[in-house]
Amino acid sequence: MASTERASPLAAWPARFAAASASATDFTIRELPFTTQINVRGNAADAAFAAATQAVLGHGLPAAANTWAGTAERAALWLGPDEWLVVAPDGMNESIVAALRNSLDGQHAAVTDVSANRTVIEIAGSHARAVLGKGCPLDLHARAFSPPQTAQSLLAKAQILLQCADIRPAFRLYVRISFAPYVAEWLIDAATEFAASRGLDAQRIAARLA
Amino acid sequence: MLRIGCPWCGEREEIEFSYGGQAHLAYPQDPHALTDEQWAQYLFMRDNPKGLLRERWVHSHGCRRWFNVERHTVTHEITAIYKPGEPPPARRA
Ligand SMILES: [Zn+2]
Repeated sequence: MASTERASPLAAWPARFAAASASATDFTIRELPFTTQINVRGNAADAAFAAATQAVLGHGLPAAANTWAGTAERAALWLGPDEWLVVAPDGMNESIVAALRNSLDGQHAAVTDVSANRTVIEIAGSHARAVLGKGCPLDLHARAFSPPQTAQSLLAKAQILLQCADIRPAFRLYVRISFAPYVAEWLIDAATEFAASRGLDAQRIAARLA
Repeated sequence: MLRIGCPWCGEREEIEFSYGGQAHLAYPQDPHALTDEQWAQYLFMRDNPKGLLRERWVHSHGCRRWFNVERHTVTHEITAIYKPGEPPPARRA
């Protein structure tokens, strides 16, 4: 019988993430698999819609474009002027969808479980901005991109939803399932220069050029 | 490379956007009443000015919303950006 056990797209990667995080100076990378993700659409200017979503989520949906509201564990990310992504820990999708649909009953709104659409890769540390900057056209300087900032953009030609989750900084990259191994590979490669042994690498290159 | 100001996200690089052709082409009220020539005119014929053109863009890798841009086809200068449903701004002299 075929296995029905679920697997994240990066199920085979924890060892490589751990190795990349251990070898780098102040850079970490890990997957946050099976994050609950729910797409919510409705009219932000409608007080009834705002109240119904607030009642379930415990925080408002962010009105400002490209921001998030809530906590690191439970947040709502702006996707468009009438669209948000509600994120929560693994296993909460069915209960949140049911609660939102119940609360929004009769309203012109849509609630869709999209948890299987993307996985989340988190990178953190002082080199995280430099790593992202190698493949992303956004202004990632701290004064332009700090919490509660989010953005939808491209990283090395792959679509990403980027959340600055912490001032440390920590970034969460919401990546399509089929792109996740590619993005993970790209991030590890981009972080190579921040490996603690980079001095040795420089010596090797210098020796080769001599 | 253009930098285009999405009405919601602000200025982003052109690679995040897709082009949608000339703006403000109204779908015919009754397509069946049109002659073949009129239908072809609606489907295929577009303005091709050497100057300002109002056109549609979509922020396809960003917020995925459509909007209108008035752009100079020679210099690429963007002279106006406005949301769908909003009237185009008065054309500059
Ligand atoms: Zn946008």
